[in-house]
Amino acid sequence: MAAVAQIGVRSETFSRARLLGAFYTVVGLAILFFFSRNTHVGELATLGLNTVQSVKAIQLPDIIVPVLPVTAILGALVTLLGVWQMVRGFRTTGWLLGVASSAFLVSFLVWAARGTSFSLIGILSASLQLATPILLGALSGVLCERSAVINIAIEGMMLGAAMTSVLVANLTGSLWLGFFAALAVGALLAAWHAVMSIQFKMDQIVSGTVINIFATGLTSFLNQRVMQVYQNLNNQVTFPLLSQVSPELGRIPILGPLFFDQSPIVWMALILLVVIQVALFNTRWGLRTRAVGEHPRAADTLGINVIRTRYINVILGGMVAGLGGAYFTLGSVGRFDKLMTNGRGFIALAAMIFGNWTPVGSFASSLIFGFADALQVKLQILSGQVNIPSDFLLMLPYIVTMIALAGVVGRVVPPAADGQPYEKQ
Amino acid sequence: MAPLLELRGITKQFPGVLANDQIDLTLEPGEIHALLGENGAGKTTLMNILYGLYTPDAGKLLIRGKEAQMTSPDQAIHLGIGMVHQHFMLIPQFTVTENVMLGDETLQRGVFLDRATVAARISEISEQNNLQVNPDAYVKDLSVGAQQRVEILKILYRQSDILILDEPTAVLTPQEAEDLFKVIRALVARQVSVIFISHKLKEVMEIADRITVLRNGRVVGTTRPAETDMAALARMMVGREVILTVDKKPARPGAVVLELEDLMVLDDRKHLTVNGVSFQVHAGEILGVAGVQGNGQTELVEALTGLRAIAGGRTRILGHETTRATPRQILEAGVAHIPEDRQRDGLVLNYPIADNLILNTYYLPPFASGISMHENTIFATAEELVKAFDIRTPSVRTAVSSLSGGNQQKVIVARELSRHIKLLIASQPTRGLDVGSIEYIHQQLVAKRDQGAAVLLVSSELDEIMSLSDRIAVMYRGKMMDIRPSDQVTREELGLLMAGVQPT
Amino acid sequence: MANSVQVEEAGGGGTPAAKPAAAPRASVWQRSLNALAIPVLALFSALVLSAFFILGSDPVVLTAWSKFFANPGGALGISWKTVADAYGALFLGAIGNPGQMARAAELYLTTGQTQALVNAFYPFTESLVASTPYIFAGLAVALGFKCGLFNIGAEGQIYIGALVAGFVGYSFAGLPWIIHMPLTFLAGALGGAVWCAIPGFLKAKTGAHEVINTMMMNYVAFNLADYLLNGPMKRGGPEGFIPISPDIQTSAEFPRFFPSPIRLHLGFIVALAMAILVWWFLYKTTLGFEIRTVGANPRAARYAGISVTRNFVLAMALSGALAAMAGAGEVMGVNHNIAQGFSPGYGFDSIALALLGGSHPLGVVFAALLFGTLRNGATKMQSLATIPIDIISIVQAFVIMFVAAPAIIRWVYRLKAGGGAQAIFTRGWGG
Repeated sequence: MAAVAQIGVRSETFSRARLLGAFYTVVGLAILFFFSRNTHVGELATLGLNTVQSVKAIQLPDIIVPVLPVTAILGALVTLLGVWQMVRGFRTTGWLLGVASSAFLVSFLVWAARGTSFSLIGILSASLQLATPILLGALSGVLCERSAVINIAIEGMMLGAAMTSVLVANLTGSLWLGFFAALAVGALLAAWHAVMSIQFKMDQIVSGTVINIFATGLTSFLNQRVMQVYQNLNNQVTFPLLSQVSPELGRIPILGPLFFDQSPIVWMALILLVVIQVALFNTRWGLRTRAVGEHPRAADTLGINVIRTRYINVILGGMVAGLGGAYFTLGSVGRFDKLMTNGRGFIALAAMIFGNWTPVGSFASSLIFGFADALQVKLQILSGQVNIPSDFLLMLPYIVTMIALAGVVGRVVPPAADGQPYEKQ
Repeated sequence: MAPLLELRGITKQFPGVLANDQIDLTLEPGEIHALLGENGAGKTTLMNILYGLYTPDAGKLLIRGKEAQMTSPDQAIHLGIGMVHQHFMLIPQFTVTENVMLGDETLQRGVFLDRATVAARISEISEQNNLQVNPDAYVKDLSVGAQQRVEILKILYRQSDILILDEPTAVLTPQEAEDLFKVIRALVARQVSVIFISHKLKEVMEIADRITVLRNGRVVGTTRPAETDMAALARMMVGREVILTVDKKPARPGAVVLELEDLMVLDDRKHLTVNGVSFQVHAGEILGVAGVQGNGQTELVEALTGLRAIAGGRTRILGHETTRATPRQILEAGVAHIPEDRQRDGLVLNYPIADNLILNTYYLPPFASGISMHENTIFATAEELVKAFDIRTPSVRTAVSSLSGGNQQKVIVARELSRHIKLLIASQPTRGLDVGSIEYIHQQLVAKRDQGAAVLLVSSELDEIMSLSDRIAVMYRGKMMDIRPSDQVTREELGLLMAGVQPT
Repeated sequence: MANSVQVEEAGGGGTPAAKPAAAPRASVWQRSLNALAIPVLALFSALVLSAFFILGSDPVVLTAWSKFFANPGGALGISWKTVADAYGALFLGAIGNPGQMARAAELYLTTGQTQALVNAFYPFTESLVASTPYIFAGLAVALGFKCGLFNIGAEGQIYIGALVAGFVGYSFAGLPWIIHMPLTFLAGALGGAVWCAIPGFLKAKTGAHEVINTMMMNYVAFNLADYLLNGPMKRGGPEGFIPISPDIQTSAEFPRFFPSPIRLHLGFIVALAMAILVWWFLYKTTLGFEIRTVGANPRAARYAGISVTRNFVLAMALSGALAAMAGAGEVMGVNHNIAQGFSPGYGFDSIALALLGGSHPLGVVFAALLFGTLRNGATKMQSLATIPIDIISIVQAFVIMFVAAPAIIRWVYRLKAGGGAQAIFTRGWGG
């Protein structure tokens, strides 16, 4: 009987493997077909290991590869793997997905850079930059949702914080005051969300929508009524890059442009990532937070104050989202623009889900989204090589988010009590 | 000497229900005091007050002679009170160690959790008290019995000396219950006092030093096992003579209605939970499926009713293949289903009674033609059913959520049994109901059998299975241990089968 | 946990129960008054709170307050005047000048002259014009809520509806209006249905949450519109640099009822008819019963043989169709072309609106009339009192908060708690 059961289970995974195999075969053929077009034998592509900004850095030689052989080899490899998967099936499929998608990306980049050069380090550095606000948003989501409060208001919190940081920095002339004001606004909006969803037990998604509508409305309102009237309130204010503070760091090849031509907020995000990851799984606060998120009544019977835990976590989450908001201004362009967060708060939520509600997972998925974002920017520069209208490139991060979400939900598990208000009687 | 614990005039009002009315209770050191009463008598409410989860509207609480204001479990724990809830308060995703240390964490370097120290202490306590458990195991992977041991460990870890056990045997096999009783007696010998909550007369007579009976939120009386008997206790508990056996004629089985062949079903975590089950149910008989909950019964019923995909094997209803059938196709084949969790699966709580009575027939004549629904017919039919099935409600437009548990279950029974059915699948049909409703539903099941329907009864109440079934199957870890005529098996044999042991 | 909800309604001749006899019929009045109290007070409170944002961002007011201890009257006076001016302009823009209306009516009755009448009632009719897309989009969000789905992508669906309807409207020449007009409208609706069925399908098949997916599809729709209006659908000729489509054929336009400048068009009637249709569909048909059951308790729906996944897709498709009708209606009745950014956020506003209307079609119509009036008045407020129109979003945020958590309103105004279960709008990520 047990043997039959094994076969029953096996056949299900086997058909899934076949489906994936067919998919890889299609990907492989697509590489062979599309990335051999508009190019000729002998055409070269240059992948740069230096960035334009980091001329001071020690220069490295570029990687120069022939386009057609690279795409042909990678395409053939993926096709072969796909066929094998269809016929025989591999036991684990995770690495296969990695191989297929990286092969596709590499061939695409090589093809896009045909006859010209393309900075590899540049796109990686940009990916890290663009991943930072997504990472911070996702960390904010992790903090809230691990204590079972859904926070779809990350977008609004970031927007509110972004505007406040510029306003305060210009009013007081102090970058740091602007920075802390951003955290404070994040905390304030979060506290509002907490009162509505924890105290008044409002549907948490509706409560988050209230914050989002309020923040978009108020920032646009003030932008028109105040910042456009008193333009000196919207002067550019940015933290200096780390390489500007200590130029030696910027001179390190590869690592310099990658990690030190960055705003200090990027580093704050990376430090927060480590701190939250360790704290969540190895401290008293983390244990209690997770208990409240999984089974609040059990936590309550052990004398843990569920309501207070949720308040603390949501407000901490708001501060992290506020930091994410400050990145848009103090860490990046330095000025406020109407609706400048552009849906990154929602993408952050997808990154959190994709990362299975863990900080490290969120980071990995933020990098994917950051890369999609960076690619979109870089391809607009290469628009001569890649005949895709820029509007379609702009859609890329959103479509990637949807595909990622569809592919992963059902295999990740949210905290068991996520979204449910706690009734103490 | 003052009693260890004393409750005086405890009163608690919920919207529409007086759950506790002027309750007095004492607990002496080293005593096992049983709190007996049927479902809804107010036992659990009283204990939640004692544990600081609810605040009483009136009354006093004295611990070791001193008055205590109990506003949170925190204080209860400090005063040495520990409680094992009927639904375990364990976090499945945590290890045993994490569950035990939660709320009372040991830290190293002031910041990080010291799991190793706590795990060592757990091993020590579990050895002393004969409570085998692996501190590093995840709770979700433990059996129900082991989870209960973790709950008791949590309390011993906090060195509590007042132990409240709420319906602790509901999820155990008779043998496991015996083991639990041994643990309890050993604890009492070491001066721990126990409040033992139950609605089962037999076990209360066996374990308790004193028995206090609750009915409708009031204390009916306190007595000792030596001074009373089961019939007297039953009278105190229910307030009238209770007929403890169901009156039924011998079954006259007919043709095969439901047929399972080597059925295999996966649970939500893709574990094989029903592993090669085969049996037949005939028209005019009740087949009872006994077993401790969590042995695959839920998944079995879901698979039979089309709610869960079947991973292997086949099912047939009246000779027609239904292995891949949808819930609707199965309903239309003449199958009625009383689901295990009535509020979650069987009812739409904020719909009126009338809409719940047509929940699965709303699209059929006479309730609808085409896509248009006929309100007048729906309400007229609802009025008839409410009368026929004795559902106590002011109106058929009343939301089901405002009915009592017994009346909610009657709505489901009315809906399912009023159709023309060939097979009734009833899963835990009387869970959490009062004696009156239980008797009513038992009569209905037997009546349906006598009309020629096949009945598959799944229950973890051994008494229910034994008094209703014509044949009894025992499920253990996804397999059927045995299927026997109900007059050829004893309670003890069933207990062994439920624990996975073939009696010789 | 026991779910204790008050007995909501009780007919005559009830069997004796624990509760005393049913509430008397006379209280129907009382109850509808109670039902109205929350939305009305919610709106009032939202306007009051928003006034503080108007004041707080006005330099003149702030200066006056900085001298509060020297001249308290001045600070209060100027604050009052600022708010009164703002909301006064809002009223004028939304309804019109009552005196002017009365004089125009008199003139018409005595001389039969219509021009003054048209001018006087123009602001009011403009509010109805602005309400039209709100009715469609509000019904869209409400229908989603009824199935337990939160469609925050109405804005994108409005663009899709407008693009499809616009394309059909300008590219099919020579059709009689009796065919062309419905064809254009329905094509737009179909476009929205297909567009919005995608997140419905993703939710049904993979469990991906519709809040994120509909939001993501908004951005995709905006970029798609941007591409089409600057590319394939761009109007040629002297205006070639503006991202705007060609005008639709006259045969595809919704007719207008009154002389220019009044723009009230057939779309308004269609919207009202759609509200009745949605009500009938939800409460009187088996399909509506299925959608509502899935929304109220998906597990019970599955148990009853209702396909949850099918209803997710169906409800999202219908929701998308309704939202797209808002876009198609604007193209056919008001603009007669598609321009970049033609919707000032009807889709986003409709979330607040559906909540305010209690997700009931009738409630949605009233809420939409209110929002149309506000939006129309706010345009006037922006030009007269220089208050940015975004103040409307702030009002909305407060309205949603107060309606979704009536406990706040009851607490502020010391109202007694009413009976009845609170509506379920959404569920967590699990679906």
